[in-house]
Amino acid sequence: MEGEKEGKKSSLLFNKRAEEFLNTFKKGAEFAQQLLKENERLRYRIAQLEEENKALKKMKWEEELEFLRKRVKELEMEKEELLKKYKEVEKENIDFAKKYVEVEEENNNLANLYIASYQLHSTLDFKEVLQIITEILINLIGCEVFVIMLFEEKSNTLIPVSAEGLNIKDIPSVKLGEGKLGEIILKKEKWIRDYYPNEEINIENPFAIVPLEVKNTLIGAIMVYKLLPQKQKLEKIDYELFTMLAGHAATALFSAKLYSDSERKLSTIQGFIQLLTKK
Amino acid sequence: MNSEKKEYNVLIVEDSPTMRQLLTFILKRIKGVNVVEAKDGVDALKKMSVNRFDLVITDINMPIMDGLKLVNLIRKDDIHKNVPIIIVTTEGGQEDKERAMALGANAYITKPIQSAHLLEVIKQYLK
Repeated sequence: MEGEKEGKKSSLLFNKRAEEFLNTFKKGAEFAQQLLKENERLRYRIAQLEEENKALKKMKWEEELEFLRKRVKELEMEKEELLKKYKEVEKENIDFAKKYVEVEEENNNLANLYIASYQLHSTLDFKEVLQIITEILINLIGCEVFVIMLFEEKSNTLIPVSAEGLNIKDIPSVKLGEGKLGEIILKKEKWIRDYYPNEEINIENPFAIVPLEVKNTLIGAIMVYKLLPQKQKLEKIDYELFTMLAGHAATALFSAKLYSDSERKLSTIQGFIQLLTKK
Repeated sequence: MNSEKKEYNVLIVEDSPTMRQLLTFILKRIKGVNVVEAKDGVDALKKMSVNRFDLVITDINMPIMDGLKLVNLIRKDDIHKNVPIIIVTTEGGQEDKERAMALGANAYITKPIQSAHLLEVIKQYLK
């Protein structure tokens, strides 16, 4: 009896423990199920975050690209602006250089004109005035062959007084108003051919004629036949020098002639006075 | 041009007073240039015996002694043999130029002169 009791008791204990174990096992299985679920959820979340991250990265790169594009555009515009400014400055530089050359040329011309007129009026000696006219024609204008003539009112004729590159004895006088030369000089206007001739020198056919006059009174004329080999055409300053010579050389020659005439007359009068006072 | 040196002595040898005045006028535009004028080669040599020059500008056709003879004598002179010489002349032929350069001229400019060109050449030799 006691053994039966003992057996029932241990069977009950066993059943109780088995139940307890089953309960614990169930709980463990439930927990494992929960863990699996959580794991699944987390994996999904990770996948979601990874997608989000990718999208974010893509967005950032695109933004950066956009920013760089914008910057490139800005820089290109800046470059355009700078190029424009550079071109403007370059143009200004060229303008300044041109102006400088023009001013330099003008300065050169003024120096030539000033020196020529200064020299012409620096003496009252007739021969010296002729020499200065010759120097101006050779050195400042570049004439190689030319003749200077003086007008003689009595005979209405222009007589050669100085020549360069020609024998003065071979140059005929020119009757005012007669022949091509006489007609041109009568007009009292300078006459210069449009082109520079490459022909033999012909006394009747000069390259340029410059009548010398003081207030419409003819004093003489300059006839140019040939320029120096290195001078192929007349420049603007040459025309101005011819104009200057037309007036200033005439005045200088006229003054020198008057002076020498008065000197001669003075010495004649002095001679007379001496002769009279001796008696 | 040398920026340290302030004064330059230039000798102009030219028989034409008009050209002498024009050359002096052009040279005076360069700061620190002292101009001495001579009317021919002999006059130039006299002036060179009492002065030292940094540059000589000479014509060719002159009375008493021409420019080529002067160039020849300057190149034989111990003191001035290295002085730059610029020829300014009406002689525009190639032969004339070659002769002058062979004798020792440094530059050859034909008349009528352009002041800008002459100034450019002068500045090249004023060192």
